[in-house]
Parts: sequence; structure tokens; C-alpha cells
Amino acid sequence: MIVENIWKTLKLWFHKLGSAPSFYNFSKAVAPWLWVGFAVTTAYGIYLALYVVPPDYQQGDSARILYIHVPAAWQAMFIYGVMAILAAIALIWRIRLTEILAMSCAPIGAALTLVCLATGSLWGKPMWGTWWEWDARLTSMLVLLFIYIGIMGLYAAFDDRRKGARIASVLILAGAVNIPIIHFSVEWWNTLHQPATIKLTGESSMDPSMLPPLIWMVISTKLFFGAALLDRARNELLDQDRSKRWVARQVLQAER
Amino acid sequence: MIGTGSASALFRRDMKLAFRRLGESLLPLFFLFTVIVLIPLGVGPGPNLLARMAPGMVWVAALLASLLALEHLFRPDLEDGTLEQWFVGERSVYRRVLARLFSHWLITGLPVILFSPLAAEMLHLPRHALGTLIISLLIGTPALSLLGGLAASLTLSTRGASVLLSILIFPLIVPLVIFATGAVSMAADSLDPSAHLGLLAAFTILSLTLAPIGIAAALRMNLE
Amino acid sequence: MNRLLEAHQLEFHRYGNPVFQPLDIALQAGRAIVLTGPNGVGKTTLLRLLAGILAPVNGTLHHHAPASFVGHLPAVKGDLTCRENLDYERRVGPPGLDLAEALAQVGLAGLGSRPSRALSAGQKRRLGLARLLVRKTPVWLLDEPYASLDDAGCAGVDALINQHLSDGGGVVLATHQRHPRVAPELLDNIVLEAGIVDGGVEETQ
Repeated sequence: MIVENIWKTLKLWFHKLGSAPSFYNFSKAVAPWLWVGFAVTTAYGIYLALYVVPPDYQQGDSARILYIHVPAAWQAMFIYGVMAILAAIALIWRIRLTEILAMSCAPIGAALTLVCLATGSLWGKPMWGTWWEWDARLTSMLVLLFIYIGIMGLYAAFDDRRKGARIASVLILAGAVNIPIIHFSVEWWNTLHQPATIKLTGESSMDPSMLPPLIWMVISTKLFFGAALLDRARNELLDQDRSKRWVARQVLQAER
Repeated sequence: MIGTGSASALFRRDMKLAFRRLGESLLPLFFLFTVIVLIPLGVGPGPNLLARMAPGMVWVAALLASLLALEHLFRPDLEDGTLEQWFVGERSVYRRVLARLFSHWLITGLPVILFSPLAAEMLHLPRHALGTLIISLLIGTPALSLLGGLAASLTLSTRGASVLLSILIFPLIVPLVIFATGAVSMAADSLDPSAHLGLLAAFTILSLTLAPIGIAAALRMNLE
Repeated sequence: MNRLLEAHQLEFHRYGNPVFQPLDIALQAGRAIVLTGPNGVGKTTLLRLLAGILAPVNGTLHHHAPASFVGHLPAVKGDLTCRENLDYERRVGPPGLDLAEALAQVGLAGLGSRPSRALSAGQKRRLGLARLLVRKTPVWLLDEPYASLDDAGCAGVDALINQHLSDGGGVVLATHQRHPRVAPELLDNIVLEAGIVDGGVEETQ
């Protein structure tokens, strides 16, 4: 009986959330808190990274950038996973909100991938002397950036947004199958072609003092994703429904 | 409902059309040679450098040749109304998609394979690696057609399709290029390429299983 | 009572909005359904849904017999001759009339070896209709079949339709100008009007 009720309330909640006005309200209410959380965790994480953790034995202070680089990389991958699940739901059940959410994920993922590439490049400069090296992770991230850009480009190429979202979802799923293969093949390619260079991930055993800032930064990227996703999706929803009545009501409400 | 009759009829028609516009159909092959000639002009004719670059070069040329023909894979059929006929009364267009991709491969992949010995000679690829090159092309160019077909079907009704197509296809074929050129490089160094070729074959089989499904879905969505 | 095609609660959306209310359609052997309405109201969309080209957002569609669709585009290859185009259609099957007979019936006799890109608009339309004859498909879905045709051509289309109906086939056709000259007891009308549908098709008798 209890399970039935829980299931019923879950389904009702899911349905309500799926309706445009409810999502709009939900997003407006929750997103600011996530931004605050992001600001706090980032500030604390950066503080720990810059002042508390001792400098790296081999690389000195320049290794500190890994506290942005690594969480960004992990989150860029995580976002793709979330996006792929949303895309699958959008294709199978045609739920409009999941279409919007999936499409809103892509620019955020692309941005984090860019951050990862830029910080990776900055990290590499003192070590390699060049702004770019064909390291396995950087190359994989570069390919991931192409995938994100492709998704964004494909979605933007359609006037009918729902049609564009569904076609882009097929691409997202194709990418989802391909990304593990890409990672594996780039890793393989890298070990075969290059002699063992200083790996970007650093020593395999991490000093325990390195963990706290890393964890805080990981949390901060997740909060960033949540906040940015809610905001983007809300705006996209507003844009798509701009001629609908509930939007007029919301805007009027805001003006009062 | 109708069966292989329609897929093989489609294949016959595609080949008939390809031969009728033979110049256009052979353009990818000509492109292959342009690349093979241009690279040494660009990097100098030093045999050692060319030999090292040969596996990658032949594969890049194969890719570009395949890419050229992708523009015409579905678009003409969309424009004259023959594409939507595939779906009339049919539950699944899987076989027709395969027939179309097969004719694409015959026009782009097969000529590359047939001329690869010549290209290998011009780029000074070690003779003992030629067999591996041909095998890698035989296994890998179908995957090129399959994944190219997927990119082409996704961008079918978009404006500015060719740029988008290139962006979409690039990540899809990264593993293909790595495994294929890796195999040939191994063979050139007199090492065993079978691991690479095995992975390449697995990749092609995976593409063969999944790509036509995606293509069929994308084609139908683009017909809206 | 032989049902050739059935659709239940068919729905389709364009740019997020429904094109028409959920539709029920049943096509019976020997009968024709005529879709009328102004331009852009959704006749072509409905026909393409019935053909299976578009996937409905909701509802079901069942084909109980092979179908042919003649839409706005001629669906022929310009580089191939008329005969070659029809030969392809015939191979898709199931095979119907032979090529010469089909060409003759649409008034293109003797043009078999002409590349189809060299045909006029009216001739292309006739070639598109010839596709219906070389295949034996009980269900005909026709979108504006009279477009680009002169009076003789239009009469020819009516003749083909009537012949097809008496052979036990069914026709769904969309038109915004000329109505098919078919016995009224064999006709069902659906009028599409700016998103509202007036008159569905129930099973009679």
C-alpha cells in the first residue's frame, strides 16, 4: 500500500514537473541556490588549492591548475552521460522537457570541455614548452569538444525545435556508443606513438592532502552544471512558448 | 511486406545512375590522387618521411574521397521525392539503407582499394605492408560508408549541410583511422598488425549493426 | 466489407502544435476518400501519414494491402528514361501492368526512351501516375493528382481512379480545386479547415 502511494506521488510529481509552468517555477526557485552553492564551494576549493595544499614535488605551483582541469574533465564526461540518458528518454517517450534539458546540456558540456582544454594547455606549457601536446586526455577532450559542437550545430540547424532536438538526440546516442571507443583508441594510439612522457594526471598515488580541494571542486562543477542547466532550460522553454498563455501570465506576474 | 526485391531494385537503379554520371562518380577517386600527389609536393619527396606518412595519408585520402560522395548520398533523393517512397507502406527501410550504402561503398571505397597499391608505391610504403594496407581498407572503408551515411542522414534537411557533415563525421571515425593506420604502421615496422586489424573489424561490425538503425530513424525524422 | 487501410486516433504535430484533431480513417475496397481544404491546412501531412512516410505522434495505422503514394514531387530520377523509371517501380512490386501499357494509359506512349528530366511538368505528373499502374497496389494515396494537367489529363486521372475502384482498390486523394468525377455513393468527404476536421470516415453498412 505504502509502495503504491509512493509510486503514485512520484508519478504525479514527475508529471507536474514535466509541465512547462511547473518546471519554470521549479527552476526559478532552485537555480539561485545552486549558484550560491557553486560560488561558495568554488571559493573554498580554490582557497584550499592555492593556499593549503603544498606545492607539487616535481611541478611546483603550476600543478595547482589540476584542481580545475581534472574536475572540469570529469564533469564534461558526466554531462555527456546525463545528456545521453535525457536523449534516450526524449526519443522513446517524446517528453518535451527532456528534449529541452538534453539540448541545454550540450553548451554547458562544451564550455567545461573548453575549460579543460585551456587549463590543460596552460598546465602543459611550463612542462613541455609548447601550448599543445597530443596527450591522450587532451586529444580525447578535443574530440569530445567536436562532438558537443556537432550536437549544438545540428540542433541549431532546424527551425522546428522539437524535430531538431529529436534528430540531435540520435546523434547524442551515436556519440554515446562511440565515446568509450574513442577513449580507448586514443589511449592506445598515444602509448604506441609516444615514449612515456610526464602524464598529465601526475603520480598515480595521490597525496591525501590533495583530496579535499579536489572534492570541493568536483562538487562545485556539479552545482555549476545544475544551476546552468536549470537556467538554460528555463530560458529555452520561455523562448519556445513565448506565444503561449502561461508565459504571458508569468511575465505579468514578474512585473507586478 | 515486399522483401529483398525492393532493396536489390534500388541497388540496380543506384548503379545505373552512377554509371550514367561516370565523371561525377569517379571524382572521389580523382580526389584520392590529388591528395597523394599534393602531400609529397608539400612535405618534400624524402622517401623515409613519405613512408612514415603513407598509412595515414592513404587513409585520409580515403576519408576525403568518401566525404565527397556523402553529399549526394541522400540529398538528391530527398529533393526529387524518391526518398519518401522508401517509407511508403514499409515498416523497415533497413535493407534499402544497406543497399544504398553498399552502392556508395562500391563507388568510393572499392576504387580506393583497387588503386591503393599504386598510391602505396608513390608514397614509398614498404612492400611488405601493402597486404595489411589493402586488408585495412577492405575492412575499414565499409565503416566509413556506414558512419558517413549516419552523418549524412542526420544533416539531410539542414541548410549549410556540408560543413556540419564534416564536423559530425570527424569524431565518429577517430577510432577507425587510429586502428587502420596503426595496423599498417605496425606492418611497415615488420610487427604483427593483427590486434589492430581485429579491433578494426570489431568496429566495422559494430557500425554495421547500429548505424543503419540510426540512419533509418534520422531519414524518417528529416522527411517531416 | 474489405478494409484496406485503417487509422485510429491519428495525431501529428508541427512546430509543437497539433495539425488536426485525432482522426479515425478507414478506407474500404471500392471506395474513395476525398480530402479538401485550403492550402497549408494539413492535407499533404495527412496523406503522408497514411502512406507511412511520417510517424504519427499518437494513434495507430494499419496497412492491410500494399500502397502507392503519388505526392507533389514526381519521384522519378531525371537521368533515367521513362521506361527505366517505371522498370524500377515495377521491380519494387508487386508487378502490375507492363511498361508500354502503363505509358499508353497515361498518354506517354512513345516517350519511353526519353530521359525524364526532359519532360514537361504535365508529362512528369503523368509519369508519376504511371507509377501507380506498373505496381499492383490496392491502396492509392494521391496528393493533388490533377495539378499541372490539362482537361484531357484530368479526365484521364478520373478514368484511372474509376477503373481502380471497380477493380476493388481504394483511393485517398487530396485536392483543393477539382473534385474527382466519381459516383457519389462511392465517395467519403473529409474537410480540413484550419486545424479543425469536419466529418470523419466511419464504416458504413
